[in-house]
Amino acid sequence: MKKNNSLLLSTPYIIWMLLFTLIPLGVVAFYAFTDPATGEFTLENMNALSAYLPVLWESIYYALISALICLLLGYPVAYYIAHRTPAVQKFLHMLVMLPMCMSFLLRTLAWVGLLQDTGLINRFLDWIGIGALPLIRTPGAVILGMVYNYLPYMILPLYSTIVKIDGRLIEAAEDLGCNGVQTFGRVVLPLSTPGIFTGITMVFVPAVSTFYISQKLGGTDTVLIGDVIERLFKQGQNQNLGAALSLVLMALVFVCTDIMNRFGGSSDEEGGVIV
Amino acid sequence: MSKELIRLQDLVMEFDGERILDGINLYIKDHEFLTLLGPSGCGKTTTLRIIGGFLSATSGSVLFDGKSIGDVPPYKRQVNTVFQRYALFPHLDVFDNIAFGLKVAKLPKAEITERVQEMLAIVGLRGYENRRIDSLSGGQQQRVAIARALVNRPKVLLLDEPLAALDLRLRKDMQNELKRIQQTLGITFVYVTHDQEEALSMSDTVVVMDKGRIQQIGKPEDIYNEPKNAFVADFIGESNILDGIMLADYKVKFFGRTFKCLDAGFEANEPVDVVIRPEDIDFVPVEEGHLTGTVTSVTFKGLNYDIIVDFKGFKWLIQTTDFQPVGATVGIRLNPEDIHIMKKSEYSGMFGDYSSYSAEYDELVEDAGDEEE
Ligand SMILES: Nc1ncnc2c1ncn2[C@@H]1O[C@H](COP(=O)(O)OP(=O)(O)O)[C@@H](O)[C@H]1O
Ligand SMILES: [Mg+2]
Repeated sequence: MKKNNSLLLSTPYIIWMLLFTLIPLGVVAFYAFTDPATGEFTLENMNALSAYLPVLWESIYYALISALICLLLGYPVAYYIAHRTPAVQKFLHMLVMLPMCMSFLLRTLAWVGLLQDTGLINRFLDWIGIGALPLIRTPGAVILGMVYNYLPYMILPLYSTIVKIDGRLIEAAEDLGCNGVQTFGRVVLPLSTPGIFTGITMVFVPAVSTFYISQKLGGTDTVLIGDVIERLFKQGQNQNLGAALSLVLMALVFVCTDIMNRFGGSSDEEGGVIV
Repeated sequence: MSKELIRLQDLVMEFDGERILDGINLYIKDHEFLTLLGPSGCGKTTTLRIIGGFLSATSGSVLFDGKSIGDVPPYKRQVNTVFQRYALFPHLDVFDNIAFGLKVAKLPKAEITERVQEMLAIVGLRGYENRRIDSLSGGQQQRVAIARALVNRPKVLLLDEPLAALDLRLRKDMQNELKRIQQTLGITFVYVTHDQEEALSMSDTVVVMDKGRIQQIGKPEDIYNEPKNAFVADFIGESNILDGIMLADYKVKFFGRTFKCLDAGFEANEPVDVVIRPEDIDFVPVEEGHLTGTVTSVTFKGLNYDIIVDFKGFKWLIQTTDFQPVGATVGIRLNPEDIHIMKKSEYSGMFGDYSSYSAEYDELVEDAGDEEE
C-alpha cells in the first residue's frame, strides 16, 4: 500500500473524528472551565469536583469488581471455546455474541423483571418455601448487571488470544517437565496476558461510566459517577459542573487504558505467539 | 555403545482409520546416534511423538530400559525434544527458555545459572542470555532449542528435522556441531530427517522408512552399499536399477549377458533387482566394454559430470570426471563389486530409471523436501 492511498482511504474517518470526537471534546472542555452564570473562564467547576470524589471511587470500585468477576468467569469459557474444533468454536463464539444483539436497555430491564420483589426469582423462592429475598436495589444487583452486560467483552479478546497460542509450546512445556497446572501457569497464562488486559479494559471502561444499570438495579444509595453526570445535565442543575466531571472521567478512562496497554505488551508481542 | 535403551514393539498408529505406522520394530542403544530417514509423510514425526509421549500408539508398545512407558506422560519421561521449528517460548528470553526445565524441576538458583551458562557455551551463544527470542536468527533459535533440551541432561534427545529451516552452509556447520555435542555429552540422539546426506554423515544407525514401514536398518555404509530394496537404493543416493535373473550363486544375468557378482543365497533363476551406483561405473574403450551405449546428455556438477548413456533404450546415469560429449559411443565394464543384487519388492520397477532425467532433477528433490514445512 502506498502512503498516499492509505491517507486517502482514512480521510472520511479523520473527518468523522474531527466532527464528532475532537470538536465535542473541545466543547466539553469549554463548558468545564466556564461559569454557568456569567459565561466567563473559571476553575470553580473543577474545584467543586472534590465533593464527587467518593462517588468516583465507588464507581471505580464497582467497575473493577465487575471486571475481575468477568475475568474469572470469562477465562474458563474462553479457554474452553478455544480448544474446540473450528466448527464448534464458531458456534460458541456466536452464542457469546448473541446477547449483544439485544438492546442493552432491554437486557437490563429484563433483570429488573427477574430480580424485583415480586419478580420471577422471588416468586420461585417463595414457592419452595425460602421466602422472598431483597435482590433488587442492592450492590450485588448492580455488579450482576455489569457482569451480565459486559461479559462478552471479556470473553472475546481472551478467546482470540488463547486460540492463537501455539499448541507446540504446550507440548514443549510438557516435554520440559511441566504437568498440566505448571504448563498453564508458566506458558498458557503468560501468553494470555494481552487478552486479559484488553478484556479488563473493555469491561472497565463502559462499567465505570454506566448510569442505567445502577439506576435500574441499584438502590438509592448506589449512585455512580455516570448517574451524577446524567443528573447534572438532564435535570438542568449544572451543565458546566457535569462537563467538568465528564472531563475527569474521560481522563481517568484514558489513563487506565494506557496503563493496561502497557501491561498487555505491544501488539507484536501477541503476534509473536502466532508465528 | 552397548546396552539397549529404547525398544519399539509392533507399533501401529492409525489416524481416522488410516494406517500411518504399520508395525514398527526397532531398538535404540544407549549413547547411539540413530536417524529416522524417509520422505515427507512416511511417519517419522509420528514415531518420534510416540517416543516423546505426545501420542499414544493405536497398538504396540514402547519400552524404556525394558519397562513399558506407554502410560507415562511426557513430563515424566527421561526424554527431551528439539521440536520441528523450535517452539521456543516467545514470552521468555534466551536464559529463561534454556532454564525452563531446570526451574520446573526446582533446582537451586546457582546451579540453574551455572548449567545454563555451560549450555550457552556449548552451543556458542555466550552473551545472548537476555536477548528476546524474536531477535534471534534461525540458526541462533535452533541453538537455543537444542540448549533448552540438553540442559536437562536427558537420557535421550529427540530431534525432529532440527536443521531443515536453515540454509545449506549453516546446516553443514550445525551437523558437525550436533555430532560433536552428541559425542561429548554421550547422550542418545534419535534424529529425524528427510535428507539422506545428513543421515549418512551423522548417524551410527540409519533407519530408512517409507509408508509407515521400516525398509532397512543399518550402519550408513551398509545402507548405502547394500540397499535392501529399490526404494532404499533410490532414496539413498542415485541408483540405476535393472531387472535381472539370478542364474546361480555369484552369477546374474541382465541385458542378455551374464555377469559375476558377490551375492548369493537366491533361488536358481530368481528374478531380482540389480543396482549399479552411478559413481561405480567407469568408461572404457568400446572394444573392452561389457556394454556399449550412446551419450544422450551431459551435466556439469562441479565435482563430476552427470552423464546419461542410452544402452539399447535403457538410460543409465553415470557420474564420472571423465568427460564424454553428447553423441559419443562409450563402453563400460562392470566389476563384480559394482553389481549389487536385491530381492524383488513392491518397489521393483518404480525407481532407478533415468529415461526422464533432466538437469532439474536435484532441484525438484530439494523442493519436495521443503514443501514438508
Ligand atoms: N494428528 C493427525 N491426524 C491425522 N493425520 C495425521 C496426524 N498426524 C500426522 N498425520 C498423517 O500421518 C502421516 C505421517 O505424518 P508424519 O509422521 O508427520 O510424517 P513425517 O514426519 O515423516 O513427514 C501424514 O500423512 C500425516 O498427514
Ligand atoms: Mg515430520
